[in-house]
This record gives sequence, structure tokens and C-alpha cells, in this order.
Amino acid sequence: MTVAISPPSKKQSDGLQPTGWLRYFSFSLDHKVIGLQYLVCGFIFYLIGGVLGGAIRIELASPIADFMARDVYNQVLTLHGTVMIFLWIVPVVNGAFGNYLIPFYVGARDMAFPRLNAVAFWMIPPAGLLLISSYFITGAAQSGWTAYPPLSITTPAAGQIIWILSVLLLGGSSIFGGINFIATILKLRQPGLKLMQLPMYCWAMLGTSILVVLSTPVLAGTLVLLSFDIVAHTGFFNPSLGGNAVVYQHLFWFYSHPAVYIMVLPAFGLVSEILPVHCRKPLFGYTSMVYSIMTIVILGLVVWAHHMFTSGTPPWMRLFFTIATSFIAVPTGIKFFNWLATLWGGRISLNSAVLFSCGFIINFVLGGITGVALAQVPFDIHVHDTYFVVAHFHYIVYGGSVFVIFASIYHWYPKFTGRMLNESLGRFHFLITFIGFNLCFAPQHWLGLNGMPRRVAEYDPQFTLINQISSVGALLMAISTLPFLWNVVQSALSGPIAGDNPWRALTPEWLTSSPPPVENWSGKAPLVTEPYGYGVPGEQLNLEKTSNSDSDLGSKSQ
Amino acid sequence: MTSLPTIDHDSEQQADLADEHAELEEEHADHRMFGLATFLVADGMTFAGFFVAYLTFRAVNPLLPDAVYELELPLPTLNTVLLLVSSATFHRAGQALKRNQSGQCQRWLFITAGLGLAFLASQMVEYFTLPFGLTDNLYASTFYAVTGFHGLHVTLGTIMILIVWWQARSPGGRVTSENHFPLEAAELYWHFVDGIWVILFIIFYLL
Ligand code: HEM
Ligand SMILES: [Cu+2]
Repeated sequence: MTVAISPPSKKQSDGLQPTGWLRYFSFSLDHKVIGLQYLVCGFIFYLIGGVLGGAIRIELASPIADFMARDVYNQVLTLHGTVMIFLWIVPVVNGAFGNYLIPFYVGARDMAFPRLNAVAFWMIPPAGLLLISSYFITGAAQSGWTAYPPLSITTPAAGQIIWILSVLLLGGSSIFGGINFIATILKLRQPGLKLMQLPMYCWAMLGTSILVVLSTPVLAGTLVLLSFDIVAHTGFFNPSLGGNAVVYQHLFWFYSHPAVYIMVLPAFGLVSEILPVHCRKPLFGYTSMVYSIMTIVILGLVVWAHHMFTSGTPPWMRLFFTIATSFIAVPTGIKFFNWLATLWGGRISLNSAVLFSCGFIINFVLGGITGVALAQVPFDIHVHDTYFVVAHFHYIVYGGSVFVIFASIYHWYPKFTGRMLNESLGRFHFLITFIGFNLCFAPQHWLGLNGMPRRVAEYDPQFTLINQISSVGALLMAISTLPFLWNVVQSALSGPIAGDNPWRALTPEWLTSSPPPVENWSGKAPLVTEPYGYGVPGEQLNLEKTSNSDSDLGSKSQ
Repeated sequence: MTSLPTIDHDSEQQADLADEHAELEEEHADHRMFGLATFLVADGMTFAGFFVAYLTFRAVNPLLPDAVYELELPLPTLNTVLLLVSSATFHRAGQALKRNQSGQCQRWLFITAGLGLAFLASQMVEYFTLPFGLTDNLYASTFYAVTGFHGLHVTLGTIMILIVWWQARSPGGRVTSENHFPLEAAELYWHFVDGIWVILFIIFYLL
């Protein structure tokens, strides 16, 4: 028998904060509420971004600009990229799962700075609304998610300025989040818990947050200068006023290459949590995993100019950035083989979470291979700014990060809601997502290699058929969202009760009720020093010792 | 089912929680300083981006022949001295607070804020006497943007100092030798702003 004790450190247990579903619309300080706020808010933007992406594929189903005016196409394209990156993937892989899981993993009852945390979340909805509404009020920005000058200076100013404001808000939110994660992981660990005993997602978030804190401010400063160019007619990046547009590119990519790792490192961490549970095996190569994350963080800061091989970059610089970029493949490869080794010989349950994780591994390898190819200057100068690049980064960002987000939702939904998702619908969702995704983006490699430029509404008629195949894939991806949405809503209402620990997992978020109480554990926080002790002698013991819940665990496990 | 063991168990848990809470409280200020330091790293990266941009402009974008870009040294040198002295006076304020001398502390804080205001005034004078404007040329734009951004930091810092000054009054103020976090936070921030100025001074005025 346990009695819910409201710990004195919890401010919201004083009854002033709303309870029930209302708290998801409140300035809640509970990290779990904030995490789910991030998740749902992000998913809404994913749907919006998806509609925009669908509009792009409809336009590209025919070689002439018949579905949208050309400037509308530019706006849709810009919004699609910005929404997907800044409002969906970054907030969800960091903010949503980070906020929900990190306090559990370090054995804390909340993040280090709960108020800052809530502020960081509540910067996102206004920023998103600002961005989207610019389309209806002034016309949205037209210069792509990269906002390269001089294009961003010469296209209509109002939309571009709103875009900058919005991205500044989102960047600020991301920095606040990063500070909070670093402080929580380094300072809030419960006594006796060592860094090298933390679940891998903590390491991924520590690395990611370091990147966020070091690189996002540079983007912010750069965008402020860009806004001066637009509003005050300074000439920082405007060659016709004596400025230098390439400096913008350097500063932009100093943020935005790390940003791709901000999108994918947390996904690495999440997969590393999911696989061991469902394979009943320890995560393979924990230490090498930690070191490869940190290596990626360091290397990730010095490879940015691989986006600029055709920007008049001098040969010595090209050489340096080719070599540095190619080196990133090493730690990335280590992680890849560690996941394979984790799967190897495991007692794998092929449920939706595992399917999406395996989908991630396959897609990510393909994206990684094209990435290393793109890092080679002689190849890149031919395919830069073609659909080959579009294919590359969608394999990573969608095939990687988004697949992991779905895997994570399938894995943690029972914890979030206390109910199980429907497995058959989940597998069906995986199947059409996987087919749709590959059908949509694999042909784009061919398009790029044959010279179809990206970001243009019209193309040479010889590319029509392949583009149509790609659009069919996009249609499948759109359809695949339906079983997922149905599943999520239906299961929340009437799914089978999950119990505390349906996967018999060892990490601390499972050693409490589902959904967990405000103070995370009704008693003392369990000290989990072996988060991956599956299938090893003593697993049984661990589960029983650390679980403060019912006894049916013991009878069910092997 | 006996109720006694349960109660024991619960009170034990409660004691644990209380311990945990005490521990948290003790370290709380520590966390906030850590968070602030992390934020300053981020803030410093913004300046780093600006500095690198400026140096790159200098290296690859020569000014057009008729462009005017000349800086005078006397005022900014005075400004450097003002800020460096203000770092020292802030330090004295912190020491006074530790010794529980709130009057002393307030006096040093007041001097520090005065130095900050003097810096801002002298920067204004510099702005109005310089022979170039914001949009005149690339170097001029960068100069105003970066010194302006730094000036914003000084403004914010001065406001913070004045708030701490008000809160350090005795009796009635909230900043005391027990609750010294606000003062320490403002001090760390102020040293940071001073440090950035020294780098800025070297890069823009001396190089
Ligand atoms: C194995 C590691 C990787 C390598 C070697 C690599 C290499 C490259 C290169 C050289 C380009 C520039 C292509 C061009 O514009 O001509 C590029 C573009 C891109 N990559 Fe990667 N990449 C890797 C991993 C990733 C990851 C993990 C992500 C994201 C999570 C990512 C996202 C992107 C994006 C978004 C672009 C396009 C940016 C744009 O121009 O809009 N890449 N990659
Ligand atoms: Cu990159």
C-alpha cells in the first residue's frame, strides 16, 4: 500500500494549477505535461507541414506550374521546410521526449528550471501561428528555409521579416530548452547515479543541447543582421551594397549543419532506448556509443561548409571540409553497428515500435551513404541543389527522425496514457509509411542525378513519370497518417489498460504508474544503475527490486 | 493487514523526500548559476559570430575608395577603463554583502551602476560624433550593429544592478548575505559584458 505523498518541492500540488485535461492548455510546470504539450503541438504542425508538402507534390505531378502560381509555390516550399524542421522535428525529438523522459532518467521530479521550461514551450505556438498566418496576411517568405541573401533581401519584405521573427522565437525556445537539459543532466542526477550509468538518450540529449547552446545563437545573430539588411537597408549580406552574401552562408550553416544533428542525435538516443527493451538484450557497446555521440558533437561543429562547395569556396577549404565530413561517417557507423549488434540474437518482438526502429536503421543507412557521397567535392558540384540533395536529407530527416518519433510514440504511448495502442493498426501504419516514404524519395535520387534542380515549380517534361511516381508515394504517406490518428484517438478512449510496465522495461519511467503521478514516483525515486540489464543473470531480480508496483511482473517474465 | 508497518513505511518515505528536498534547496542557487553560465556561453557565441563576420569582412571586402570609416581612440579607451573599474567595484559590492554590510554593498552597487551609465553616455557621444552613419558602408554597419548589441547588454546589466541595489537595502531588501544569488548572477553577467567589451575593443579599435 502506498500513499500519495505530495513532495514539498512541487509547487503545483498546491491546487492552483488546473488538473485533468485542462492542464495541457495551461502554463503547467510539470515536465510530463510540457513534454506532451510539445508532442501534440509538434504533431499539429506536422499535419500542417504535411499538407504543404502534399501541395508541393501535387504541383510537381506535372511539369508546368498549373496548381499554384510560382510565387505561391515558393511560399509553400519555404513554409514546408521551416515548419517541419523548427516546429515539428526539433521540438519533438528534443522538447517532447526530452522533457518527458530526462527527469525520469536522472531520478529527478522535474527539470532543473521548470518555469523556464514552460516559457520555452509557450514560445512555440505563437511563433508557429505567426509563421503560418504570414501566408494569409502578407504572403509568406519565399526564399526557402535557408533564407539565402540576396534572394531573401529582394523577395517581398513583410513575409521575410515575419519568418525571421518566428525563427528567432523558435531559436530562443530551443536555447532555453538546451540550457535546461544540460543543467538537468549534469546537476540533477540523483546521488549515486554516475554519468556512465545513464540511459543513452541522456547522452544524446546532452550532446544535442551542447550543439544547441553553441550554434543556435549564431543563427540568431545572423538573422538579426539579415533583418537589418531588409528593413534598414544596411549591406551586410548584400553584394550590391558592398556586402558579402557568402558570409551569411557560413554563419547560417554553422548553425544549420549542427541543426541536422539536433534533429537526429536525439533520435539515435530514442532508438537506443527502444531496441534493448524489445530485444531483451543490453544495448551493445554502451561506451563506444557515448564516445561516438560526443565525437559527432565535436565534428558536427566543423563540417558546415560541405553545404557550400559551389559557393566559390577556396580549394583548401573544400579539402578540409570534405575530410572532416567523411570522418563523421566513422562514429555514425559505430552507432549503426551497435544497433545491429543489439538486434543480433535478441528475442525480438516485431511490434510497431521495433518495426519503425528497424525502418529507421534501413533508411538512415541509405541517407548516410548518399551523405558521404555528397561530401566528396567532385560529386557534389554536379548534384548540389538538385533533387539528389532533397532525397538525401529526407532519408535522414524523415526516414530517420520521423520514423523514430513514430517508434517512440508506439513505445511510450502506454506510459503517456495508461492504455495500449492497437498493434495491427500500428503495423499497418508502418507498412504504408515505409512503402510510401521509399516510393516518394528513392526516385528523387535518380531525378537529381539526371539534373532536375530543387526548389523550382516547373521541370523538363522528361522527368514527368518519375515525379508522378514520387507523388504517388507522397499520397501513400498522407494516407498512412489516418490509421495512426485513428489508433491514437481510439486507444486513448478505449484501448486495453496498459499497466505500469507492459514492456517489462528496466528504465525508471516504467517503474511507476501509467500515467505517472505529478511527483513521478509516489515514493523514493528508484536508483537504476543498469538501465539495460536485460537477459543477463539477475534481470529478474532487478525488475523486482526496482519496481515499486504490483507483483504480476514476476510471474510474466521468462 | 496491520496499519502500523504501513505508517512506518510512509513516514520513512516522507523523511526521504524531506531529505531530498533539503538537498535540492541547498543546491538550488548553484543550479541557477550554472544555468546562467550556460546562457552566457550561448550569448557569447552570438558575439563570436559577429566578430568572425566582421573579421571576414575586413579580410575579403575592401571598402570602396570614397567610403568613410575612421574610429577615434580616446573615448573608447575611456569606456574600457570605465567598464574595467566597474567590474572591480561590483566585486567589492559582493564582498561587502558577504560580510553582511548592506550599506557598503549598496554604495558599491550604486557606483557600479553609475559607471555603467557613464559608459552608455560616452558611447552615445561617440555615436553622434562619428563621421559615418549606420548604412554608410559595410564596416560602419557592422560597427554600429555590434557595439549597439553590446550597448543593449550594458543597458540591461545596468537595470539589473539598479534592481539589486534596491533589493540590497536594509532592512526590507531581499538580497542579503543568505540570499546572494541575485547579486552573484548580476555580477557574473556584468563581468561577461565587460569581457566581451575588451574583445570588441581589440577587434574594432586596435586591429
Ligand atoms: C553521414 C553523415 C552525413 C553526411 C556525410 C552528409 C552530407 C551532406 C552534404 C555534403 C550535403 C550538401 C549537399 C548539397 O547541398 O550539395 C548535405 C545536405 C543536407 N543534409 Fe546531410 N549529411 C549527413 C547526415 C545528415 C543528417 C544526419 C541530416 C539530418 C538529420 C542531414 C540533413 C541534411 C540536410 C537537411 C541537407 C540539405 C540542406 C539544404 O541545402 O537545404 N544530413 N548533407
Ligand atoms: Cu551538413
